[in-house]
Amino acid sequence: MQKQEYKKIVDNNTPKENYLKNAIITFIAGGILGALSELLLRGYMLWLDLPRKESGVLVILTLIIIASILTGFGIFDVLVTKLKSALIIPITGFAHSMTSAALEYKHEGLVLGIGANIFKLAGTVILYGVVSVYFFGLIRLLVMGG
Amino acid sequence: MTYKYDNVYIKDTYTICGMYEKDGPLGKYFDRKYDNDLYYKQKSWEKAEIKLLKDNLKFLLKKVNLTEDDINLVISGDLENQLAASDYALREYNIPFLGIFNACATSAEGLIIGSTFIDSKKVDNCIVATVSHNMSAEKQFRNPTEYGTPKPKTATFTATGAASALLTSEKSDIKIESSTIGRVIDMGISDVNHMGAVMAPAAADTIYRHLNSLGRDPSYYDLILTGDLGIYGKNILLEYLKKQYKLDISKNYNDCGVMLYDLDKQPVLAGGSGPVCSALVNFGYILKQMKNKNLKRVLIVPTGAIFSPTMTFQKETIPAIAHAVSLEVVS
Repeated sequence: MQKQEYKKIVDNNTPKENYLKNAIITFIAGGILGALSELLLRGYMLWLDLPRKESGVLVILTLIIIASILTGFGIFDVLVTKLKSALIIPITGFAHSMTSAALEYKHEGLVLGIGANIFKLAGTVILYGVVSVYFFGLIRLLVMGG
Repeated sequence: MTYKYDNVYIKDTYTICGMYEKDGPLGKYFDRKYDNDLYYKQKSWEKAEIKLLKDNLKFLLKKVNLTEDDINLVISGDLENQLAASDYALREYNIPFLGIFNACATSAEGLIIGSTFIDSKKVDNCIVATVSHNMSAEKQFRNPTEYGTPKPKTATFTATGAASALLTSEKSDIKIESSTIGRVIDMGISDVNHMGAVMAPAAADTIYRHLNSLGRDPSYYDLILTGDLGIYGKNILLEYLKKQYKLDISKNYNDCGVMLYDLDKQPVLAGGSGPVCSALVNFGYILKQMKNKNLKRVLIVPTGAIFSPTMTFQKETIPAIAHAVSLEVVS
């Protein structure tokens, strides 16, 4: 049997992933997370008398801390199975990837374990984040003059 | 590569399962349940896996009332790099050791090697063992264990536990009657989350060649048991066998990955996997059914996706293997 023909048998017996449902869950849950973050941002502005920009940094830090603690207690990955990518796409996903890697490799020591592996998943985001920021910055400079 | 054996018997088996396997429909058939957590008072997942195998061998020897000096050979394998779980567990034992790797088909490879040693009268007995641990396998093959990503429905769940069988030349209730060594089959599937599709052609090839070379009909066996294709792989195998080999085994066919867990209630997606999945079902449940004479002839066909994550990243498709071992009740 040709590989193409076998692939047909596989496709016939493979359940379809419900992408639409997953997308809707992600949209709603992610939207709620965004709205709560905005509320927190307003809260920080009000309570600490901060400008919007600084308050935003505090919100990001808060989300990172919460995501890391939830990861440590083994709750975050359970939430991901329910809320799909809503928690993975925002900064919470980034924090989660680093905390989970640090937890996983702590037995191999501080240097060769945690140090060498903490960016195992997040490294990609950082590398291509920096590269794309460079190019977008360049485009902005050329098109808008800075 | 199909061989018949004259004097190879399974004297006894020992199985240790983890918490998820205990909650599955076969939970009550396992000798020991480690169900508090997945660490077993060890510091890491890998060390927990080593403990599983170490304890399993200890309790097997106790069960059959033998000491390590009485055992001629241990054949064992697991999913860790360099077979760490088997190597480090066997440090504690003064028994000659062969380490083997065939991913989830490891137990069958062990049974075939052990049977050949005994049949050729090189040894009188040997232990065939295997172990896997859900968390150390996740760490080895996928992402950090605490890292959560949405998984497709076809993904499988690595079983936690250890299983071993004592093979002897001395007559007992269950005989290893024959075996067929599988070939490496790759039908071009590269999806690591669809192992059933990867392994089904290997299982089909081995089942066909086994039946063909011995001139047997599928109905010769009370049960043909692949392991572990999962719920979708099971259907793929049935359809592929019909189309490619004109063979219908649906009447007496099942899969270990589907039997080990309650697929509706447990978070295992398409079913169980890992070397110990089929070993737990075969050594724990099937052999007990055979001892009670509920089953008389069983063909076990453990299947393994023998893939390396490095090769998958280098865009290679996934090779698979399946070995068949025929077990018979001696009347």
